[in-house]
Amino acid sequence: MNVDEDAVPSDEEGPNEEGPEQTVHRLLGLTDEEYGQILSTLGRDPRPAELAMYSVMWSEHCSYKSSRVHLRRFPTTAPWVVVGPGENAGVVDIGDGWLAALRIESHNHPSFVEPYQGAATGVGGILRDIFTMGARPIALWDSLRFGPLDQPRNRYLFKGVVAGIAGYGNAVGVPTVGGEVGFAEHYSANPLVNVMCLGLLRPEQLVLATAGPEGTMAVLLGAATGRDGIGGASVLASASFADESANKRPSVQVGDPFEEKKLIEACLELYERHLVVGVQDLGAAGLSCAVSEPAARAAMGMELDLDMVHVREPGMTAPELLMSESQERMMAFVHPDHLEEVLEVAERREIRASVVGKVIRGGQVRVLHGGELVAEVPAASLTDDAPRYERPLGEPGWMEDLWGNTVKFMAQPAIATSLLQMLAEPELASKAWVYEQYDHMLFLNTVVGPGHDATLLRIKGTNRGLALTTDGNGRMCYLDPRRGAGRLVFEAALNVAVVGAEPLAVVDNLNFGNPEKPEVMWQFLETVEGLAEACEALGIPVIGGNVSFYNETEGLDIYPTPVVGMLGLVENMPSPAPRLDRVEDGMDLWLFGPEWSINLAGSAFEKITFAHVGGRPSPPDPTMARAAIASARKLAGAGLPVIHDISTGGTAIAVAEMCIASEVGATVAYSDWRHLFCEDPHRFLVAATPEQGNTVQSIASDIGIPAARIGVFGGSEIAFDRRGVKAVLDLAVATTTWQNAIESRLS
Amino acid sequence: MISLASDRTSGSPPIGTVRVAVIVFPGTNCELDAAYALELAGAKPDLIWHRQAQLDDFDSVVLPGGFAHGDYLRTGAIARFSPIMGPVGEMAAAGKPVLGICNGFQILCEAGLLPGAFIANSGLSFICRFVEVEVASTSSALTHGTTAGQVIRLPLNSYQGNYVDPTLTGRVVLRYMDNPNGAQGGAAAVANEAGNVVGVMPHPERAIEANLGSEDGMILLRSFLGAGPIETGRTPVGAQPESTRSGG
Amino acid sequence: MKVRVEIVRRPEIADPQGVTVVRALRELGFGEVAEARFNRTIVLDLDGTDPLSARARVEEMCRRLLANPVIEDFDVQVIE
Repeated sequence: MNVDEDAVPSDEEGPNEEGPEQTVHRLLGLTDEEYGQILSTLGRDPRPAELAMYSVMWSEHCSYKSSRVHLRRFPTTAPWVVVGPGENAGVVDIGDGWLAALRIESHNHPSFVEPYQGAATGVGGILRDIFTMGARPIALWDSLRFGPLDQPRNRYLFKGVVAGIAGYGNAVGVPTVGGEVGFAEHYSANPLVNVMCLGLLRPEQLVLATAGPEGTMAVLLGAATGRDGIGGASVLASASFADESANKRPSVQVGDPFEEKKLIEACLELYERHLVVGVQDLGAAGLSCAVSEPAARAAMGMELDLDMVHVREPGMTAPELLMSESQERMMAFVHPDHLEEVLEVAERREIRASVVGKVIRGGQVRVLHGGELVAEVPAASLTDDAPRYERPLGEPGWMEDLWGNTVKFMAQPAIATSLLQMLAEPELASKAWVYEQYDHMLFLNTVVGPGHDATLLRIKGTNRGLALTTDGNGRMCYLDPRRGAGRLVFEAALNVAVVGAEPLAVVDNLNFGNPEKPEVMWQFLETVEGLAEACEALGIPVIGGNVSFYNETEGLDIYPTPVVGMLGLVENMPSPAPRLDRVEDGMDLWLFGPEWSINLAGSAFEKITFAHVGGRPSPPDPTMARAAIASARKLAGAGLPVIHDISTGGTAIAVAEMCIASEVGATVAYSDWRHLFCEDPHRFLVAATPEQGNTVQSIASDIGIPAARIGVFGGSEIAFDRRGVKAVLDLAVATTTWQNAIESRLS
Repeated sequence: MISLASDRTSGSPPIGTVRVAVIVFPGTNCELDAAYALELAGAKPDLIWHRQAQLDDFDSVVLPGGFAHGDYLRTGAIARFSPIMGPVGEMAAAGKPVLGICNGFQILCEAGLLPGAFIANSGLSFICRFVEVEVASTSSALTHGTTAGQVIRLPLNSYQGNYVDPTLTGRVVLRYMDNPNGAQGGAAAVANEAGNVVGVMPHPERAIEANLGSEDGMILLRSFLGAGPIETGRTPVGAQPESTRSGG
Repeated sequence: MKVRVEIVRRPEIADPQGVTVVRALRELGFGEVAEARFNRTIVLDLDGTDPLSARARVEEMCRRLLANPVIEDFDVQVIE
């Protein structure tokens, strides 16, 4: 579908019998059945402003109408969970009087239309989700997917997205401390931009998005409302790209990090001084959402006077005001006694504030414009009572074929050549070109930064730290969504464990194709099942998430791409922390994990050296996962200098990463070459001095996980040795290739 | 002009009593880090909002990094008109130590308290990574506690980090070992003639603990805090911020 | 009244964006491009009707805020 601004109903035309809405509702993305539901809720034809509100609130992006019934499958409780899914962010207790707020969200479609602003406003939006909770946002992560960089359009999108994240994140003053970037043909027409944000707060500062009792004032803070992204919520986020994306350019919002920075500081002051009852940020559904959701949560109603909204351009209609996605706006709910103080804070912080409404009894949202009532609908009908679908699903007919489509290796490939080829591939190469454009050091918390398995942030004034990572692997999930998704959870947990953290909570971003296709719904449900099973196996709650459907262009769906954000807690910060660059000449290389099953399905090796994607990935093993996580944590606590998860690219890549970071070679013994490239889960590498060998072995045997010394560090080559026959890659060549891979493709 | 020698610290107040004003403009974002680092170095920092118009209680002043006024128009261009810049100018004229870090450096240039200006990095990318700088001159509040040629490791974090000085009057006190942004003369830090006003593009306040990657920033911050007032040969005037504009 | 201000980087000051664009244009076959300079244009909408005094006021604005005399010159045009 293709909707332009003409589809926004004009509020000059009143409702009539035939109603322009009879067709307008479809242009706004509402089905005939949904329109019928509106008619029966209201008992009359909707007014234009009401139709506008339903269209944005009932969009897939805001209502989760295709996914909501399935998301109940996730475990969401644990003693440390303070706020679970459903609020703007999940909140967990991390001890020593601190809470952590965590949220992940996608900005895929806007980033395809306009990469710089799409990514920038994605950062702005996730920050507001965090400081809406009363938390100071302290760090950002990005999980990105693009098509191959040999296509100019993909280079443009990649550069634009990275510049947008840098431009907004650096200026707003929240460091981007980690993330991941992947490349595959399936994302060419539909890049993924997922952003995760962490905030810290004291328990007494926690604020929820509730409207409060009758008489509470609604105060709109921040930027003026303009015609940004009119219809964007339902059009951009919920519909697929069929035609020229250029037509949709007017719907893109423009971000202003300076306004957001002032808004952050003003809101944090309001929380600190307990001047607000509740807060809601203005995101995809703008004012429509900011009045209806808090009212519905409080089981109250809301009166909104659009004439009081500070606007950027004159002559905006009620539907436009209600649907506008202008950025950097917050709605604060304020007791009348505190209004003066709130307005004083806003003035001093140099942001605009307008009293635009108040909480009323009765559960209705009443909207006034030009002195007239332009909308009156039950708040809950926009939120809790939005449509929900159990869409049909069916296993794709291609799965059996995919699983049977394996590579038959006739002979051992040239290991060093393959490794060099893999190091040159952007998927596996250094991402320094990306993260050196991001301020990743602000706030003086970054102990282990980007380029590692997980980011380790210290919490100043305590001995604690937080480890976080984002992990996704669309190729594996395409080959088996349930196994792939389960493995992601275990991998993310292992990633935080290698810096000493105990996995505490998960947020997930579920990026899928068109949910109206049964195959896509099957992928989605399998993924949810895989994630839920793995979280249950580890006893980790899911505290929030985001679903992005309709990631398809011209009928081609993306790989099913769940992204797992994992938060781990370190109670005693290791000093110094394990890092990839701490290998020294003479250290031993240890391999932890179960015996190899030798399965190369979905591996980077097959994709890069054989252009092959097929076979069925190995299933995860919850028992081994727990053993791997426990042993990695113990090793970090025991002061081992490097602990490194084996992931995409397998052991060969993991060893190369350690060697390159530490500028030291290695010789690794192997028996079957496939062990070097296999990506089966629950395996990791350890660098240890010979004196630490006993510690390493006793931790392995205490926990009951196989561990073997497979190599030694030293020299200026990365060598793989099978009974004295060596495959050798010069470390300097490996380093240059790996470091320059992305930049050389961009110039 | 009195050049600073490293033994000057003997006549300075102990660091523990040094009161430092850390100036906060709308859009500044390194103020908490600067205050944290200064406190760790033993000083007494206070955050001062840009609308305040006096700094009588302070021994020295730090303009921290960030994006004052969003870097809109030109980096530092709007901040120099803030009421606080009057007293900052007076402190500079009185010989008290004034340090601008990153965006603070840009503001000092716009205000005419240091010569030169900034343009985009030669690579046209934001750069956030550790760089090495060497001490080019010990005659400044920031560097008098170092030795000439000493190599110091600091994080760089800027887009408009490319220093230009058509007047050639800026005195380079720290120089990049491997000029990452095209700065004229490799300038990483520049001082005024008297040495009490210093701008530094990399962030000493981010290099204060080994687990953050470097402790070298502490050498510079302690030097700054130990500097004490410096004879400038000028009498302090109640300069309005604008009148300092062309003074550089 | 509308006044257009063009902020021009002084010729002796490097323009990294310009250099990059020249390189890109030449790679695209536009070998005749010798130099590219990025200027900034600001359009001001002013009260008042006297172009001469408007021009003088805007020049003052340029000297005080809009341009940095260390590296920039400016040009002021009353456009309507």
